Parts: sequence; C-alpha cells; structure tokens
Amino acid sequence: MRQKKSTLWSRIPNGVWLLISLGVALALWLFAASTWPAVFATPAMTWKAFLSKAASGVLWGHMAASLSRVLTGFAIAFVVAIPVAFLMAWYEPFRHVVEPWIQFIRNIPPLAYVFLIIAALGIGQTSKVTVIFIAAFLVMVVTIYQGVKGVDVTLIKAARVLGASQFDIFFKVTIPATTPFILVAARLGLSTSMTTLMASEIVGGDKGIGMMIQQANGYYQMDVMLMGIILLGIIGICFEKIVKYMERRFTGWQETIQQ
Amino acid sequence: MAGNDTAVKVHIDHVVKKFNGRNGEMVALNGVDMDIHENEFICVVGPSGCGKSTLLNIIGGLDVPTEGHVYVDGKEVEGPGPDRGIVFQQYALFPWLTVEKNVQFGLKLQGKSQEECDEISRKYLKMVELEQFAKSYPKELSGGMKQRVAIARAYAVDPKVLLMDEPFGALDAQTRTQLQQELLETWEKEQKTCFFITHDVEEAIILAQKVVIMCARPGRVKDIVDIDIPYPRDQATKMTPRFLELKNHIWNQVYQEYLSVRK
Repeated sequence: MRQKKSTLWSRIPNGVWLLISLGVALALWLFAASTWPAVFATPAMTWKAFLSKAASGVLWGHMAASLSRVLTGFAIAFVVAIPVAFLMAWYEPFRHVVEPWIQFIRNIPPLAYVFLIIAALGIGQTSKVTVIFIAAFLVMVVTIYQGVKGVDVTLIKAARVLGASQFDIFFKVTIPATTPFILVAARLGLSTSMTTLMASEIVGGDKGIGMMIQQANGYYQMDVMLMGIILLGIIGICFEKIVKYMERRFTGWQETIQQ
Repeated sequence: MAGNDTAVKVHIDHVVKKFNGRNGEMVALNGVDMDIHENEFICVVGPSGCGKSTLLNIIGGLDVPTEGHVYVDGKEVEGPGPDRGIVFQQYALFPWLTVEKNVQFGLKLQGKSQEECDEISRKYLKMVELEQFAKSYPKELSGGMKQRVAIARAYAVDPKVLLMDEPFGALDAQTRTQLQQELLETWEKEQKTCFFITHDVEEAIILAQKVVIMCARPGRVKDIVDIDIPYPRDQATKMTPRFLELKNHIWNQVYQEYLSVRK
C-alpha cells in the first residue's frame, strides 16, 4: 500500500470538493449551452422552466404521479422479494425452478416487455407499477437470496447451543444477519425503480416526469426536458441518501474492510 | 483436584459416526467410549481428521451419532441445549449485538428478567476483565477479547459441561498463553466440567487433568494420559521435568498418528 501523503488535495474538506465538482459541471453545462444552443438550455432557462412549472402546479402533479409509481412498485417488490428469497434459500426445489427464470428475465431490458404488459393490463397505473415491480423485484430477490444463503452457520449453531428454537433463530439470527443485504437490496431496488420509470411511462398516460419529458420533446421545449432529467437525478440521489442513512443506522455493527 | 472419584457427568457409549462422502462411506468415529467426570478438565488431541470435532459436536447435540449414545447426567443427548455450552474457534459472536447483549443472549431465551441478565452479564464480563467493553460491538474487539466474550457467554447460562473446539487456535502465541492462564483460573474458581479440543500438546497438558489422544481413519481413542501435575499451574510449569516428560510421551504418540495419516 502506498503511503498516504498529506498533500494540498487531502486538506480540502469534502464539502468544498462538492462545490468544486458542481462548479465544474456548471461550467461544462454553460459551455455545452453556448456551443449547441438548440439542444442544451442554459442553467438560467432551466431554472426558469422549473419555476414556471412549479408555480402553475403542473410539476407537482407529474412528480406525485411518478413518485407514487416508483414507490408503489418498489414497495410491492420489496415485500414480495423477501419471502421469495427466503424460500429460495431454504427449499432447494423451489430455487431450482425459480432461479433460472429470475436470471433470464433479469437480463431483458424492461423497455422490451413494457408493451406486452400494457397490452395485458392497459395503459393505466397498474401496468406502470407492474413494470417497475418486475425490475425492482428481480434485482432485490437476487441480493437478499445471497444474504440469506450467506448467514454464518456457526452463528446458528451458537444460538442453538444457547437454547434457541427455530423461531428464535429466524428472528434473532437470520433476520439481523440478513439486514445488511436487505438494505443493499433496497438501495439497488430503488435505483432500478427509478431507471425503469421512464420505460413504464413511455406509452400512454398524461402525468409523470417521464411524460413531461416526452411532451417537452414533442413541443421542442428543451429547457423543460433538461429540467425533468435533472429532477430525476435529484430524486434518485435523495432515495440513495435515505437508504444510506438507514444502512448506517441499522447495520453500523458490520465489520468494514480496512482500506 | 477432581478425579475419577467424582460422579460421571458425560457418558459416551460406543459412539460411531459415518459420513457419506464422494468417495463412499467415511467412518469419522469408530466406537468411542469415554467417561467425563464432574468438574474434570479433559483435553483431546489428535491429527486433523481424527474426528475430535465430530465428537464434540455429538456431545453438544449439533451432530447425531450413527450408532451409540451420549448421556449427560444419565439423560440421553437429543439435541443442543444450554446444559452444554460450546466455545467455537471462530468466536461466533453475534456482530449486531453489543458485548453485553451477546453474553445475555442465552439468558434472555431462558426468560430471565433484564435485571437478572444485567447482573449475570456483569459478573461474567468482570470474570474475563471486559466490563468496560460491555457496550462495544464485536468489531471493536481484538481476537483474544472476542474469545473472552464467547467464554463469558458460554459461562453465563451456567452449563453443566463446557465444550471448547480449539478455542485459542486462531490467536497469536502471547494471547493464547494468557487466555490459557485465565481459563485455568476460571475453571478452578467456577468448577466446571470441561471438554477441550486442541492440536497443541503443550496447551493440552497445561490445562487438563486427562489428555485423550485420538487416532485417525477411523477416529478412535488411542490412549488416555493422566496429567499428575498439581494445580495451580502456570507458565513455569512448562519447564518442569514432569511436564517435559509428559509432553514427550504424548507428542510421540500424536506424531505417530500424523505420520500414519500422511501415508
């Protein structure tokens, strides 16, 4: 390992680095906006688009529609993924049948099967939530399954020796030991839900950030389009921060690998 | 000193254990008979593959013998239970619980009140000199400290027999010596029946009243050596002529086994 020297760089606090990073991004954005004015709206124009859409209340309608889709799809996926992952870890036949399906579907981009689902369920909320559910479920079930599989057998033995019943082992050993994986799964699931949102909103419907972006595309409103894209990024980061906080809060006991 | 005059605590009656491996049936234990008396300290040494861990797991109820029986206080072992505590080589502390809560794990399962749990965990953490780490998580402790917590946790439920599966095997030489010393002091104070597995002949002699030498393929008891060195023992004991004589005797037998396994 290389000796870490106390350079000028290492003395700059992280908050300052973030500002520098944002500053450079802004500069690149301004550069892009002046070079390709027909494609990239300037930061000022984008901000104005945000203010006008926010003031008229249209934006909140789109956001509420998208967020409710993402969170509903994610929540159902989370609730279903946990028991399915446990069943896979505990019952060999179940795993042998189900795992190939999961591996197969997992590699298909949601955009490919979204039309099939719309054909089956219509263009309403159900089909949109279903697309998000499928994508998030597949990611989470794999992660949680690995967590359940990886529970240290010695810990289970230690609990049994101390007098734990099967019931105690499940709630006092398996669940806490699996929590880190469940939280990682939640993080991956949320980000997958966000990336699948666009696919789910690609056809039909009148509300949603994805819809807003598509409409903006139709009317050549590049400022609204860029604003929508940035908004999706901000929502994604907020989700990640929330889960990261929960990870620190609930799984701070984990041994971390020393850098 | 406890000896053969005390009651039989663990009666091992012709235990046979066979595993079905890739190369057909493997006999891990081929008819082991042994009595462990009350408050006795027994160490088992032998080459890897002699079935010493399997025997410990069978006494602990984590493994079922193919033939034969194990009785604790005359009652047949039918699964794991808090009357037989196990200390594992890998510590096996619950990483999401504090040191204190780890020690209380078995007590809570017995339905003891929080006050009782606190009192007992305090007593045993004091015994292993880790009171000030009660609120720490295992990740904050060194290997030796973790194993001390595991020993305190095993003692806390007050088992009739303490089974230890190479508990100091993963520790460095200094920590190991120190924990041996502490374990001896605790054993003399608390009076507990101990069944201790090790591959370290010195460790076996310094701790035990009886050293059981096992041989491999199939695993069985080769010899039982009485260690007639009086307690308290300490590091100086390792320099006495009697210790060296016993070490030589036991080591030769174990070494023969190593050679026979290699063939």
